[in-house]
Amino acid sequence: MTNLTLTVKFKKGDFSLFVEENIPLENVTALFGESGSGKTTLLRIIAGLEKKAWGKVALGKACWQNNETKIFLPPHKRSVGYVFQDNRLFNHLNVEGNLRFGHNRSEVKNRVRFEDVVDALDLSDLLLRTPHSLSGGEKQLVSIGRALLSSPELLLMDEPLSALDAKRKAEVIPYIEQLPSNFSIPVLYVTHNLEEVTRLAPNMLLLSEGKIAGKGKVENLLERIDLWSVTGRLAAGSVLNAKVKTHLLDWGATVLTVADHELRIPAINASPGTLVRLRVQAKDVALATQKPVGLSIRNILSAQILSIDIEEDVFAEVLLDIGGTNLRARVTREAIDDLKLTTGRKVYALIKSVVFEGQLFAK
Amino acid sequence: MGELDLGPVWLSVQLATVTVVVLLVVGTPLAWWLAFTRLRARALVEALVALPLVLPPTVLGFYLLILLGPAGPIGRFWVQITDTTLTFSFSGLVIASVLYSLPFTVQPLQNAFEAMGNGPLETAATLRASPLDAFFSVASPIAMRAYISAVVLSFAHTLGEFGAVLMVGGNIPGTTKVISIAIYEHVETLNYAQAHTLSAGLLAFSFITLLGVYIINRRNLLNRAP
Repeated sequence: MTNLTLTVKFKKGDFSLFVEENIPLENVTALFGESGSGKTTLLRIIAGLEKKAWGKVALGKACWQNNETKIFLPPHKRSVGYVFQDNRLFNHLNVEGNLRFGHNRSEVKNRVRFEDVVDALDLSDLLLRTPHSLSGGEKQLVSIGRALLSSPELLLMDEPLSALDAKRKAEVIPYIEQLPSNFSIPVLYVTHNLEEVTRLAPNMLLLSEGKIAGKGKVENLLERIDLWSVTGRLAAGSVLNAKVKTHLLDWGATVLTVADHELRIPAINASPGTLVRLRVQAKDVALATQKPVGLSIRNILSAQILSIDIEEDVFAEVLLDIGGTNLRARVTREAIDDLKLTTGRKVYALIKSVVFEGQLFAK
Repeated sequence: MGELDLGPVWLSVQLATVTVVVLLVVGTPLAWWLAFTRLRARALVEALVALPLVLPPTVLGFYLLILLGPAGPIGRFWVQITDTTLTFSFSGLVIASVLYSLPFTVQPLQNAFEAMGNGPLETAATLRASPLDAFFSVASPIAMRAYISAVVLSFAHTLGEFGAVLMVGGNIPGTTKVISIAIYEHVETLNYAQAHTLSAGLLAFSFITLLGVYIINRRNLLNRAP
């Protein structure tokens, strides 16, 4: 596994960025933050596109930039692929010309083979088309293929799905998901969309106002209350690792197992045994002190309260243990008082199946 | 009233061709610099480049005559290294024509590079293209339409110049007597028939050239629509 070592300072107008971080690159690492937090700037610094950035950038043993020793490798000498938000295909070349652009110039052509990329991204029917004639999703796939074919040691992706509608997004994301395993190239993936993070990345970095606010496993980071100002309070919640148990074809539902529990969600296209990750937002979890009967909610999970965090306004955050896995619930302070909820108490967590509607699950 | 002398036509074509080649070599980096620099000096250079558009050609020609003449700083240097004078020579005409047609090359290229922006160059760089490589493989094709406009307009504009070449080059058959000067001479000697032939030829050529440029631009605009 390679490490990306960064010590960088950058200032532009009112915005300043300071990042000192050693990032183990494995699979997909999400770089998450609000717009204006400096995500794109950090990617551009890594790629060498911000010449005024000060500091050190090194990938493994290769030093790309070090102001103390006056080293600054220009972008074309850094072994990095960059997928831009707006695809930036070359309109004067057809799809094949775009794909071969970086491939022809790469010194290590054989590491990523042209045919493999075309196969993996299903581009064979598009090779002779012009970029103008492609759909948004196709353009982004070509742009990803083009970056891959330059045989980079690190692939930087800057919100590659943000310009696409939900349908196109769902078309493109399975391809991105396969990249690390198919091509053994680590990906640094910039996004402000938590669904994409849960779907794609085991690890993440949180960026806030030009600084790293947290890093680690996605499920752990999203649970940390202190980071919710970054992750977005309402979007905050838990990430559950689940396994597909069976499909209830008659009901259009899929049953997952999470810890010792079963969870019913709208049917997904995945065979039993597949591991999936899903995000449960705290605001979608309700609590009951007794197992409810005559209720439409299918997902009733026995749980134990680990902590209660009373807030100043109307709400309180409850951290639950559902058998080795944590779950967060956001309920009113009044409910805490009324139900006499205290740390250690056994309760039931209720989650409507519909909250999982449309999440981006595994293939 | 002799036969039509095609010498001036041939000389004009030679002059325009050499001028265009020099303009491409000089104008491209200048246009590139103007498109991407953030220095304040940019406005100054832009104004200088645009001067020939508004200046009477005789003014340009007059100063060039002084600069390029054997007593002028450039002219003296030229005499030292080549043992010939720049004024009243083909080389002098090329220098005058290059300055005279400079905006016709620089402005379309500068506009195209500005419209292109940094994006394609950055993209090329992340795909392992050196800056020079990116210029030839990405920027030039993207600016191809501007290059065609620049070449055609500079060529036609050079063919049509009169004042500056007359001042710098005079009227030496085979050396500096270009079409426009030949026409002037024909009219002066009341040789209207030959003036007609040359004028009509230049008129037709200029019109067809401009028509071609506008058609190409229009077609490209249509192609670019989604």
